[in-house]
Amino acid sequence: MIIKNKTLILPQKLDKSNITGFLKEIALQKSEIVEEIDAGNLEMIDSAGVAFLDKLMEIFTAHSPQIINLNSELEQSYQTFSSLELPIQLKAKQGNIFILLGENFYAWLESSKQAFYLLADIFYWSFVGVFNKKGQRKGSVTQQGLLIGADALPIILLLSFILGLILALQSAAQLRQFGANIFVADLMAISMVTEMGPILTAIILAGRSGSAIASEIATMKVTEEIDALKMMAINPIRYVVVPKFHAITLVIPLLVTASTLIGIFGGLIIAVTYLDLSTVVFFNRVFEVLTLRDALIGIGKSYFFAWVIVIIGSYYGFNAEGGAEGVGKVTTQSVVASIFWVIILDALSSMIFYF
Amino acid sequence: MKKEAIISVKNLVAKYGEATVLSDVTVDIFPQEITVILGGSGCGKTTFIKNILRLYQPYSGSISIFGKEVTQMDEVEFDSILSRIGMLFQNGALLNSISVAENVSIPLEQHTDLPRTIIDKIIRVKLDLVNLGKAENLSPSELSGGMKKRAALARAIALDPDILVCDEPSAGLDPLTSAALDNLILKLKKLLKMTIIIVTHELASIHRIADRIIFLDQGKVLFTGTLKEAKKTKIPEVETFFRVGKFE
Ligand SMILES: Nc1ncnc2c1ncn2[C@@H]1O[C@H](COP(=O)(O)OP(=O)(O)OP(=O)(O)O)[C@@H](O)[C@H]1O
Ligand SMILES: [Mg+2]
Repeated sequence: MIIKNKTLILPQKLDKSNITGFLKEIALQKSEIVEEIDAGNLEMIDSAGVAFLDKLMEIFTAHSPQIINLNSELEQSYQTFSSLELPIQLKAKQGNIFILLGENFYAWLESSKQAFYLLADIFYWSFVGVFNKKGQRKGSVTQQGLLIGADALPIILLLSFILGLILALQSAAQLRQFGANIFVADLMAISMVTEMGPILTAIILAGRSGSAIASEIATMKVTEEIDALKMMAINPIRYVVVPKFHAITLVIPLLVTASTLIGIFGGLIIAVTYLDLSTVVFFNRVFEVLTLRDALIGIGKSYFFAWVIVIIGSYYGFNAEGGAEGVGKVTTQSVVASIFWVIILDALSSMIFYF
Repeated sequence: MKKEAIISVKNLVAKYGEATVLSDVTVDIFPQEITVILGGSGCGKTTFIKNILRLYQPYSGSISIFGKEVTQMDEVEFDSILSRIGMLFQNGALLNSISVAENVSIPLEQHTDLPRTIIDKIIRVKLDLVNLGKAENLSPSELSGGMKKRAALARAIALDPDILVCDEPSAGLDPLTSAALDNLILKLKKLLKMTIIIVTHELASIHRIADRIIFLDQGKVLFTGTLKEAKKTKIPEVETFFRVGKFE
């Protein structure tokens, strides 16, 4: 850039391809005095070029330079693309930590309230839905049941089996030292029935079905399908959530039972191969220690796990905002939240029944 | 005087799977003109545009842009052509996870080495041109349908492209905003010597801005010529459209 007699002379062309270089040159000439910017040679300018002129004005602002010899067409470009007249945008202001804490707490209260209403709604419509199928998709319970149950079954079976093996193997090493081999049956029976079966099933369902519920509802929300349902006087909870609720209520005891049995079977394999127990002895012991109460507690709490998964999935789904981005966000949140609440519920039930 | 075409399409055939949408399209688009693409809903206007820009691979035919055949061109070379073209998608297609300003800044960061201060100035100017000066820090999901369109236009013109393609820019805009948009498009053509391709059905807007018309019907070009010729033609569908502003 040539600066002569307090006049900066512009080149023929100023556009996005060459102004970066010019800016570097100018940075070295910052201390010069510029009172005029001569555009006599300028033939072509784009919006990046105009931004460059604006930048020159800022750099040499001390003497508020004038642009001279700008032909009328370029003048128009300059007027159109100049940012000098635009108001400066203020950045969003941030609250202090107490305001943030307060707001978070308030938001938490609000969302708990909403979740509670949703829960009431879901139970109400689930109950009504058993007797009155109007406003519900046809065959949706069967379809959802298959989706939730049959699809999750293989992975639940596989993981329960492996978990059974691990549990038995870990304890077998200890039990053997005391010659207490037979107690592996007690351990497998009680832990699989009351704890491992239900919780493992619930965690897998939270990951598979909970996220599917959240993302399906969230997608419907952001694409205005939920609004469309409302406009057609269809209750979205009834149409979307209730079939899932019914389906999961039907399949969860089956899944938990399957998980428990295969887990115990895993234990049996260790008992037979590693602890020299016979199958008959193992099962006699299993049925001796198990009470009906244990079985009922195991199945009973799994219902609560299942419901928590559906409720949390739908809560996050209905609260999705924004586009595809929002869907992804609530899906992750729902999985984390439902696993969290499943474990909390589990802890509560242990306190109630075994303390 | 015969002008050299900036985009030249010959015998383009476009299919989705088995379904043929464009059966034989041959047209030229000329530099520094505003070309309006017309045709009933579902006749293949968006498909036509997307095939030219290779967002869908053309089934057959040849397309040349800036004098170069592009249908068989390798990705890297074609990217350099795409960087000189701005596209406003029918649904806006803003990236939802980032703010409006960041959306506009992506092409600038991607295709130039301009410093941040200049990029920020350009972003502000472009958003102001589409009258969204105040929406800079909003996220796309916080915009109305028409605002999304305009933000997407700001992104499309961020780089001062040589060719600007707009798929129904004024759908969902009120008449005043729509007229302002026409003025902006005329300005861009004049000041930056842009070549502009627009899909629109608004007769008023066509009268204001169009230099040339391409009328698509049943996968073929039913008419192509200047606006003047279009108004005088005896082809029934085109005549009807210019009389009542509707397709039959
Ligand atoms: N991704 C796709 N897969 C299959 N068919 C498609 C796809 N996109 C469009 N089509 C079909 O191609 C045809 C042309 O669609 P296109 O989107 O090009 O129409 P258009 O002229 O832009 O219509 P509009 O004015 O409504 O935007 C339509 O019949 C449509 O059903
Ligand atoms: Mg279209």
